[in-house]
Amino acid sequence: MLAYIVRRLGVLAVILFGSSFILFNMAAIAGDPIGELRLSNDPRAQQEIIDLTNRLRLDVPPPLRYFIWLKGVLGVFTGNPDFGLTRDNMSVSHEIASAIPVTIRLVTAATFVAIILGIALGVTSALRQYTRFDYSMTFFAFLLYSLPIFWVAVLLKQFLAIKFNDFLSHSTVHRNSILIFSLMSAIFWGSIFGRARKTFWITFMSAALGTASLLLFMNSLEWYTNPRLGPITVFILSVGIAFGVTHLSVGLSNKTALYASLTMSGLTLVTYFPIQRLFTPNSTFLQMVLLAIITIIVATFVSFFFGRIDRGPLIRTTILTAFLSASLIITDKYMRTWQPYIQEDAINYRPVPTIGQVSDLLPKEDYWIRTLDILIHLFLPTIALTLISFAGYTRFSRGTLLEVLNQDYIRTARAKGLTERTVIMRHAFRNTLIPLTTIIVVDFAGIIGGAIITERVFGWYGMGTLFNRAIQGQDLNLLMGVFFLTASLSVLANLIADLLYSALDPRIRVGAGK
Amino acid sequence: MKFGRKKELETTIESGENAIANKEVEGLSQGQIVLRRFLRHRAAVISLSVITGILLFVFSSLDMKIGPFQYRGWWKFGIDDLPELRYGDCPGGTVGCPTISVIPKFLGGNGISLGEHPFGQDDIGRDYFALVMKGTQRSVMVMVVIGLFAATIGTIVGAVAGYFRGTVDNVLMRFTDFIITIPSVVIGSVIGARIGNLGAGVLAVYLGLFAWTGLSRLVRGEFLKLRELEFVDAARVAGASTRRIIFKHILPNAVGVIIVSVTLLLSGAILLETALSYLGFGVVPPDVSLGLLISQYQDAFTTRPWLFWYPGLFIISIALSINFIGDGLRDAFDPRQRRRLSKKDKARAKQITREQAKVE
Repeated sequence: MLAYIVRRLGVLAVILFGSSFILFNMAAIAGDPIGELRLSNDPRAQQEIIDLTNRLRLDVPPPLRYFIWLKGVLGVFTGNPDFGLTRDNMSVSHEIASAIPVTIRLVTAATFVAIILGIALGVTSALRQYTRFDYSMTFFAFLLYSLPIFWVAVLLKQFLAIKFNDFLSHSTVHRNSILIFSLMSAIFWGSIFGRARKTFWITFMSAALGTASLLLFMNSLEWYTNPRLGPITVFILSVGIAFGVTHLSVGLSNKTALYASLTMSGLTLVTYFPIQRLFTPNSTFLQMVLLAIITIIVATFVSFFFGRIDRGPLIRTTILTAFLSASLIITDKYMRTWQPYIQEDAINYRPVPTIGQVSDLLPKEDYWIRTLDILIHLFLPTIALTLISFAGYTRFSRGTLLEVLNQDYIRTARAKGLTERTVIMRHAFRNTLIPLTTIIVVDFAGIIGGAIITERVFGWYGMGTLFNRAIQGQDLNLLMGVFFLTASLSVLANLIADLLYSALDPRIRVGAGK
Repeated sequence: MKFGRKKELETTIESGENAIANKEVEGLSQGQIVLRRFLRHRAAVISLSVITGILLFVFSSLDMKIGPFQYRGWWKFGIDDLPELRYGDCPGGTVGCPTISVIPKFLGGNGISLGEHPFGQDDIGRDYFALVMKGTQRSVMVMVVIGLFAATIGTIVGAVAGYFRGTVDNVLMRFTDFIITIPSVVIGSVIGARIGNLGAGVLAVYLGLFAWTGLSRLVRGEFLKLRELEFVDAARVAGASTRRIIFKHILPNAVGVIIVSVTLLLSGAILLETALSYLGFGVVPPDVSLGLLISQYQDAFTTRPWLFWYPGLFIISIALSINFIGDGLRDAFDPRQRRRLSKKDKARAKQITREQAKVE
């Protein structure tokens, strides 16, 4: 195993060397950094040409200059890597270090949403193979594949940001829109749950009525300018979560797990008011992490108290319920922050921004307003990125699950008389996750450098912008720095994916037979 | 009891299904079987006709000069014409709005008509329909050139690596790895930033030179599998040359993989071209392409959305159709693929099973 990893790392080094050599020379031949200055008659241009030539070693021909660059990069091993200077005499490592957090902030949420949503819809669509729902999901996935992201982004800006901000000024959903939304949700839920005609219409009607009454209720409360959940709604939702999580993980027949989860819902209600006191304008991110850890510890204790045997699944169920319920409380807090937020002078009742990563004019004191501002700025880019990447996950998880469902061990599981839930969730779904894990790892590495267009459209300053600047300004060192980082991440992720695959699936042994 | 009967019924239907499946392919060549399967994929067939229609429509619309021949398009404006900018009767006081009308009179619209400028006009009055047509021609051309180059190089590299194995394979595949590590947008931008002004054709060729990597890996895998089969040994024993074995014996068997992945590569290529042009590293003015049109007029979206809708509409319809055709081809070439039986077929399956039972 160790020998395999070492050999693979060796190959990776060779690949990185080769591809960076190719890119370096290609870029050096394609772009002349002093081309424009040469045409200039300005006497200062002459001086600048000399400066740039000295600083960037332009007097050395590209294939040899590559080795100068490589020597700096190899400093990684001695502890002081040198990625060179940009045209503006800034350190490339410094530029990259300031761009990475922005990119990570931009893509993390989108990737998580895309993965969760994609897998959920893909699995549902596989379980309903050859139904209208399946066909519409297929169509939808292909449509998303075919959308150029810059086009989607402009549409989102227009319809989600500008139209939504307009909507907030009168803030009631119009009668026709209620009708349309209800119909859409009715068709969606009806086609998922309605296998028989009767269940279809029951689901259809209840989804339509539920959506319509919810929207009407929210209208009457002026919910859009002053949203909140309140302790009662949080409690009801948390009970719903308890039932849902228990149903999916161990089944409702497991009373111990159900009661443990319901206890967590009860605790959510009890702690709702005390926790509100902790939410002060001076809260910090660290406190939130601490709260999450406390939640997990409490959930573990409760499940230990309830369960005597088979504690593993019980603990998982309880922790998941507790975690989701706790995030409800946080959501509620953010909803309460909404009204003060949109009343800020910097926001002035037009909260959804079309561009930028943070509102500069906003007062920085309040933790909640500040983080809400960040979240709101993430809103549109996240939707755009999710839309284009989740189609892949849907198709992939659908295909894998269908393949798994044809395996012999699924037939065995059914023949043993296991419930359909156990067969799907324990036997089929877990095996579907194995190949999914590996593509997720690779995707995570890929997106660090991948949001070039999204960053441009939404005016973020991350890795994509650096890359854009490097190309436009013919800034070779900057380009190579960005590339080197993203490429190393992506080849490393491929290695990790392979190792992970063999760890998860005992049928696969890496490096065997060589 | 009920369950048992249902199970029994399913088994009989399954043997009947097999009988139907076998009967269907009796006496047909591989190509005919694939064609039949493809024609049964409704979405793919619809997409194929949609894209054929779009291409004929787009390429016949404008004047073209092919060598010494002068072709006159059916559309009255070219992209260099400067008709008078229409103003006065547009919503919101804008200029150059589209004159197309698709809502019939009995539904309260203005009837179905094209008008003078169906897609509207741009800032200086150029006919937007002509611009979109020209842009689509460019984008499709770039897409096809990328596809051709990628398909040729990818197939040859993959075939050689997979057939000869050993050192050749190692060298070629490491080279492929080098190029795969560099994302296509990066390659495209580096190339496009420099040679974008040499024209769309040159850009497309260069992009094609870097787009073959995924395909070559697939072809290599297919060749590694196929070269071990008996018919290859038979050909070698019969004295066939290496070139003949690769091109006449193995390649036709790998053609399914190639066609499917080239199709999907095409839809990726049109999106790559539009993305690069959008970033400013692709097709550059005064040339026109769909991505460039969107990029030029994105700020006009709130006031004059048509400048934005129509190019996007063409990108999406082309990419979507190609994706569906690719899906249909994949199903058609996949030997494991069994089609879903309609009620009529199931009845027939039962009938066949019953007849078989009688004979026995």
